[in-house]
Amino acid sequence: MKPFRKHTGVAVPLDKVNVDTDQIIPKQFLKRIERTGFGEFLFYDWRFSGDEKQNGKELRKKIDDFVLHAPRYAKASVLVAGRNFGCGSSREHAVWALADYGFRVVIASSFADIFANNSLKNGLLTVLLKEEEIAEIIRRAQAIDDYELTVDLEALLVKDEKGFAATFAMDEFSRHCLLNGLDDIGLTLQHEAEIAAYETKHLVGPEMRTILTK
Amino acid sequence: MGETENMPPRTLFEKIWDAHVVAAPEGQSVLLYIDLHLVHEVTSPQAFDGLRANGRRLRQPLRTVATVDHNIPTTPRGFAIADPIAAKQIEALQKNCREFGVPLFDMDSAEQGIVHVIGPELGITLPGMTIVCGDSHTSTHGAFGSLAFGIGTSEVEHVLATQCLPQKKPKTMQIHVSGKLPEGVTAKDLALGIIGQIGTDGATGYVIEYAGDTVRALSMEGRMTLCNMSIEAGARAGLIAPDETTFAYVSGRRFAPKGKAWEEAVANWRTLASDPGAKFDRKIEIDAASLAPFVTWGTNPGMVVAVTARVPELQSFAQESDRRAAEQALAYMGLNPGTPIETIAVDRVFIGSCTNSRIEDLRAAARVAKGQHVNPKVRAMVVPGSQAIKRAAEQEGLHKIFLEAGFEWRESGCSMCLGMNPDILQPGERCASTSNRNFEGRQGRGGRTHLVSPMMAAAAAIAGHFTDIRNWQFQ
Repeated sequence: MKPFRKHTGVAVPLDKVNVDTDQIIPKQFLKRIERTGFGEFLFYDWRFSGDEKQNGKELRKKIDDFVLHAPRYAKASVLVAGRNFGCGSSREHAVWALADYGFRVVIASSFADIFANNSLKNGLLTVLLKEEEIAEIIRRAQAIDDYELTVDLEALLVKDEKGFAATFAMDEFSRHCLLNGLDDIGLTLQHEAEIAAYETKHLVGPEMRTILTK
Repeated sequence: MGETENMPPRTLFEKIWDAHVVAAPEGQSVLLYIDLHLVHEVTSPQAFDGLRANGRRLRQPLRTVATVDHNIPTTPRGFAIADPIAAKQIEALQKNCREFGVPLFDMDSAEQGIVHVIGPELGITLPGMTIVCGDSHTSTHGAFGSLAFGIGTSEVEHVLATQCLPQKKPKTMQIHVSGKLPEGVTAKDLALGIIGQIGTDGATGYVIEYAGDTVRALSMEGRMTLCNMSIEAGARAGLIAPDETTFAYVSGRRFAPKGKAWEEAVANWRTLASDPGAKFDRKIEIDAASLAPFVTWGTNPGMVVAVTARVPELQSFAQESDRRAAEQALAYMGLNPGTPIETIAVDRVFIGSCTNSRIEDLRAAARVAKGQHVNPKVRAMVVPGSQAIKRAAEQEGLHKIFLEAGFEWRESGCSMCLGMNPDILQPGERCASTSNRNFEGRQGRGGRTHLVSPMMAAAAAIAGHFTDIRNWQFQ
């Protein structure tokens, strides 16, 4: 996983609450068996009308007033949204799509649990700020051209160059993993002896004995 | 997993959690053992690829069970899948299961079905277990008093490789429901009523335990419906302490313990209840008598009212963000504030999904459909949750009732709940659906989904619009 320490980038406001993962990546794009290439389908139904392609021919049309199409947000890498971002389906494809599109950070006042977990595994930083702070960022991102935010995971700080600054919290272990880009399967495998001991001790009890037999 | 002396009273969740802690390394998340890992075609291919790329083995192939459900067609079996990308994904699962030794209930299997339907049906899902699956509706299995939650593909890979997951301990919420559910009000309506009250993020960060005499009186099918929808309130999981209803359901199922092992298991499962005095971080009381058959009007499951009510007025929303969300939802749904729900006409009806596709759901819908006919303007389909349910329903003659009434009777799968297979809504089509999500485009781009119970869906198919099941003339 790519480590995350500090990132500065253009912030794009997606001023909506309860953005669900069906919107982030619609189901017709979940049939791919790779982790890559989802960015072009991010927010597909809000970004484009029509199907993506038929017989190699481009059919989709941009929905012009969708915020990601605004030229000022073309280079956006920080997404700012309303509460309960990423609710619904567990599809990690939503995180892959955001990351593949170029987002490194999502800022919201709350996140759905599975989405937040999935983000953590892919080096996409989810930052929790207060609703009034989000409202202020959205106001600035709408009013100021090329509005940039700096998100500093070491200092747990979000700031701009015009005097906005807000601190955020994150549990220490998640922060440690992100800062160092740790492979958490590798970390778990360091506990091999404990896992084996657990299996020896517990997998004999009646409720644990239902291992399928072929 | 039983009571331990000198221990403070614990909730059911805490008992299961404590029994599965493998390691609690200083300054890290707790490492939790996973008893059962359910796998399907959509969220697993990248995880198996990850194992291969890192030269890792699958730690417990026989604690891993796979089926195909999300993108298979519900037309008669035995034909090749027309969608080449879907076919490729299914082939990937078949290949991965062969390579890593995972039992697979494949398309042609007599046991195939929606992953959250076949786990309980085969006796694989048992009380006290930790269960995960790369699917948010894994919460369904909590109906058995197991800790069951949805995970992403990276976590799927993690469990394949280690049979463990690093987890932060969630908070606990008790939802206590008391009183008798009024006639025509089902577990689905209870779930929708709860979400309508606490919101789609009302339980984010929590594991819900459903309790109270109303919950005790629910069948296992009803409990599965209720726990299934926990994720729609944002909960990590939802669970119900096992009791005689649970044991009676599990007893004799194919993979359930037998003989002496069964006796021991039940004795152990009886300890799986929250201790008197156990503390929950939050408690909610629901009066069953206050519930009605519900219908969603918007684009998330919390946007819901009783069938006798009207689409809400925008000024009824206190927060500006909610008002705007409601306005956008109504524009998408093609509805005006103040419209009586019972006047809303439907084009399609879908009876199915891991929420409401079990035998009881089909019986309830068939009772409504019996001797009636689907409105000529409506296309209605019934999709059993599994091949076993389909067979059971056919033995009871339910399929005849549906077919004679003009419903389509199809093969098992997730189908139009998420529209990954050819079962989708066309733009602008309005659907009464027994599934779990009414998100924009969920059942097909531009499709308009209203969530209801199986009886309410069947009644809408016949009437051509939503109608209060409490006034239904059963034949």
